Amino acid sequence: MKDNYKTRQRIANWTLCVVGLAVSFLMLVPFAWMLSASFKNNMEIYAYPIKWVPEFFRLDNYRKVWVEINFPRYFLNSLKLSSIITAAQLVTCSLAAYSFSKLRFPGRDKIFVLYLATMMVPWHAIMIPQFIVVKTLNLYDSHLSLIMIQSFSAFGVFLLRQNMLSIPGSLHEAAKIDGCGSFRTYWSIILPLTKTGLATLTVLTFNGIWNDYLGPMLYLDSDKNKTVQVALAGFKQEYSADYGAIMAGTVCSIIPIILVYVFAQKYIVEGVAFSGLKG
Amino acid sequence: MSRQQRREALAGYLYILPNFIGFLIFTGIPVFIGLGISFTNYKGFPGAKFVGVANYLQLFKDTLFKTALRNNLAYSFSVVPLTILVSLLLALMLNKAIPLGGFFKTVYFFPNLTSMVAVGCVALLLFEPTKGPINQFLRMLGMPQESLPGWFFSSKTALATVVITVVWKQAGYYMIMFLGGLKNIPSHLYEAAKIDGANPWQIFWSVTWPMLTPTTFMVAILCFIASFQTFDIINVTTAGGPGRATSVLVFRIYREAFSDWKMGYASAIAYFLFMIILVVTLVQWHGQKNWVVEDD
Repeated sequence: MKDNYKTRQRIANWTLCVVGLAVSFLMLVPFAWMLSASFKNNMEIYAYPIKWVPEFFRLDNYRKVWVEINFPRYFLNSLKLSSIITAAQLVTCSLAAYSFSKLRFPGRDKIFVLYLATMMVPWHAIMIPQFIVVKTLNLYDSHLSLIMIQSFSAFGVFLLRQNMLSIPGSLHEAAKIDGCGSFRTYWSIILPLTKTGLATLTVLTFNGIWNDYLGPMLYLDSDKNKTVQVALAGFKQEYSADYGAIMAGTVCSIIPIILVYVFAQKYIVEGVAFSGLKG
Repeated sequence: MSRQQRREALAGYLYILPNFIGFLIFTGIPVFIGLGISFTNYKGFPGAKFVGVANYLQLFKDTLFKTALRNNLAYSFSVVPLTILVSLLLALMLNKAIPLGGFFKTVYFFPNLTSMVAVGCVALLLFEPTKGPINQFLRMLGMPQESLPGWFFSSKTALATVVITVVWKQAGYYMIMFLGGLKNIPSHLYEAAKIDGANPWQIFWSVTWPMLTPTTFMVAILCFIASFQTFDIINVTTAGGPGRATSVLVFRIYREAFSDWKMGYASAIAYFLFMIILVVTLVQWHGQKNWVVEDD
């Protein structure tokens, strides 16, 4: 009877595995199609039946993207913004999180509640006044505008604080008794023990900024400042009939994300679990 | 306060300062500026006049806004249940020790990481009505030419196509949350149910589903809030069209503010959106305390 149950369980699991493969197909097939189309011309893209492996690997589309529309520039812009903003968030958020979790000062918890409250403010609801602030500060059409707006994140503070709370307070006290100043404690004791949180914040921020579309669309005007997402959307408009080239651009825009996913999947998943927690 | 305590307090404020100032300037103050502007006819240059609640009254008369609100509600009330259904099914599947489970989790989550712009570009071509692979596939299945859907290009199906695309993209994200919820259900409950002779269907409805309520509730709220901030996919694929079929709230705010430069009026819509999200968030806080089944 027990064997019977086990066999049934095995059959059920393998059936589910087949279902799982079918769903994987649904999830991946658009990307496969995109990659395949990026090497084809228009005729070949919509040829029926679909040739998944192109007959000729045409590089025209990639040439168009990289040479004609100056994709490298947009790519570097996105890379620059994502790196700077990520680095800035790591600094500002970890300092604030350290202060909120380990230091004692009057009003600390009240200020923290204020922080939590700002997390409720949807960005889309304040994009107009924010735009006015950016214009007033003369930051419009500069990368600095996005850097200033996105380098301070309540979510980042919350995530890192949660991480730091799990570090035993005795460690912090011991450092203090040994005459270790608060900045040195932060730097050489707290930060090394917050690696997971820092890695999670790095990956989430980098990914978020890389994929951001509305922000750069609002705040950047001149072509030389544009980011990959804005350029891709514009490219789609301008070359709307050139399917292969649009797909080549899309492939290029996704490559960094794939790299991040391959190397830091664990932290991304952790980040999602955390956003669940905050609710 | 001793000297040391004072120093610690000083350090505490100092470390918060960079983040706090940035936040104050770019989030805190704008919240109030936005409210102020929503009572004016500000158009992006000096000389705005105070108009009282005129902008808010205008909302009730503005058919463009009402259409956007209706579309947004239709969108939210399809995206949220569908996302919950799909992500829960995926999570239930991956919660079992099935072969290749880890690989599946990686794959299902992947679309969520790509940008909406990229997803929109690919979806536009896949759903192309005449030659696109999806309609070709339907044709192969024997669907007659005239009943093939126009997807993004028909006002009847455009919103539904956006829903399909978004559910496909985000299901993996909420699946991870459901997996977390499922892991937290104590295994003794399942064992007890099995001893009582419950079948898998009964186990699901009397153990898994009630124990999962906190997670489901949270997923519903997060997903609902996100659905009221949809913009990227709309702007890339349909730009609110055909006609006004896919115009949603943020799209409307964007158009009013940054195409027509009616920033005062757009701020009123933005505050309306803010209030919706605020109410939903408060419901969530309240619900988490009272409504949800807790394990004890």
